[in-house]
Amino acid sequence: MNGFRGKLYRDDALVLRGQRLGESDRIVTLLARRHGRIRAVARGVRRVTSRFGGRLEPFGHVDVQLAEGRTLDIVSQVEGIDLYGRHFLDDYARYTVASAIAETAERLTPIERESAPRLFQLSLGALRSLSADEHAGGLILDAYLLRAMTVAGWAPALRACAVCGTNGPHPAFSVPAGGGVCVDCRPSGASRPAPSTIALMIALAEGDWRTADGSPAPARREASGLVAAHLQWHLERGLRSLPLVERTVGRGESV
Amino acid sequence: MDELGRLPGIGPKSAQRIAFHVLAADPIDVKRLAVALQRVKESVRFCEVCFNVAEADRCKVCRDPRRTDEVLCVVEEPKDVVAIERTGEFRGRYHVLGGAINPLEGIGPDHLRIRDLLVRLADGVIKELILATDPNTEGEATATYLALLVKPMGLTVTRLASGLPVGGDLEYADEITLGRAFEGRREM
Repeated sequence: MNGFRGKLYRDDALVLRGQRLGESDRIVTLLARRHGRIRAVARGVRRVTSRFGGRLEPFGHVDVQLAEGRTLDIVSQVEGIDLYGRHFLDDYARYTVASAIAETAERLTPIERESAPRLFQLSLGALRSLSADEHAGGLILDAYLLRAMTVAGWAPALRACAVCGTNGPHPAFSVPAGGGVCVDCRPSGASRPAPSTIALMIALAEGDWRTADGSPAPARREASGLVAAHLQWHLERGLRSLPLVERTVGRGESV
Repeated sequence: MDELGRLPGIGPKSAQRIAFHVLAADPIDVKRLAVALQRVKESVRFCEVCFNVAEADRCKVCRDPRRTDEVLCVVEEPKDVVAIERTGEFRGRYHVLGGAINPLEGIGPDHLRIRDLLVRLADGVIKELILATDPNTEGEATATYLALLVKPMGLTVTRLASGLPVGGDLEYADEITLGRAFEGRREM
């Protein structure tokens, strides 16, 4: 007897968030490799004697066994594969970036249990890179957001005009039009970002980290604004964590 | 039943059970409960200094002249004050933040009583700040944020130790807890 009536299943998953439930339980939101987004009850994990409470803290990559429940599944066993959250405990800026990544992953998987392997892999890669401190947190976040939008089918046009498809890059950017726009198609209200900003966005979208790491702070600021505006345009409501993200160039230097 | 069902942790079935219990109970007991609930709402408020729950402008801890003003313990909620007071180990003052930084819920530093904390620290009386936020991701991030903010003020900033719970088995400890226990090991 395993103590759980529902059918058991196992997957590896990222812990996106936890919400308090009752006296000592928590509802955890997971993004699983094969099962997509799952909400499950983890019983007793807020007690200091919990056997796996620490493994279900946000941003961890875990091997989890769940029992199917009537409304929510129940976590029965958890093993840590790589608990990325522990790398962010003493770094507030990276914690805010990880929160924005987790919220984006959750918002881009509106239907529970719908497999999203590309988004899972992308989220895992972003948290892994963030925990290894490979690049500035703000760059990792913007690269993640751009690629997550590509997975969702909302990628901004960066190399061609979003309206007529003429090869670019183009000097104007319009969120409602879908990205870079040429002089002929430019709608009123389109912004005119610096060429280095568009170059940075292309580098982030295509994984050219040498260019991204060497980009100037003003380009990073402008790119993050455009990326956030593009994302929020497509989501019905904005990300709550995005305004709270602390962007640093690398080692504590603010952008 | 609808009103009872609005309470945290009370589902429709529990609300029904409580409602029938109240119906069957002695009227004196029911009146005592109603008076107690009314009194809580009328007389309990937040302490104007530390934001703990209080029945006057200042809570019991802030009014106690035997406690030291030099050590301040920062906690998330008033219930954490109760938990620490139960230990009988701490004789300083408290500051209740009203939660922890949680970007996923849209809670940033401006939503907590951090500005009030900085005002309390400004006069230089407090020498040590103990960060006793919850040992979870949000609590740790809040402690890290506060440490960054107040360390330049020249205070001693400490964090509650974390590690293995008394009565537990080592093999069941998760990686983070066991790692913390190793970091915080002490000489015997």
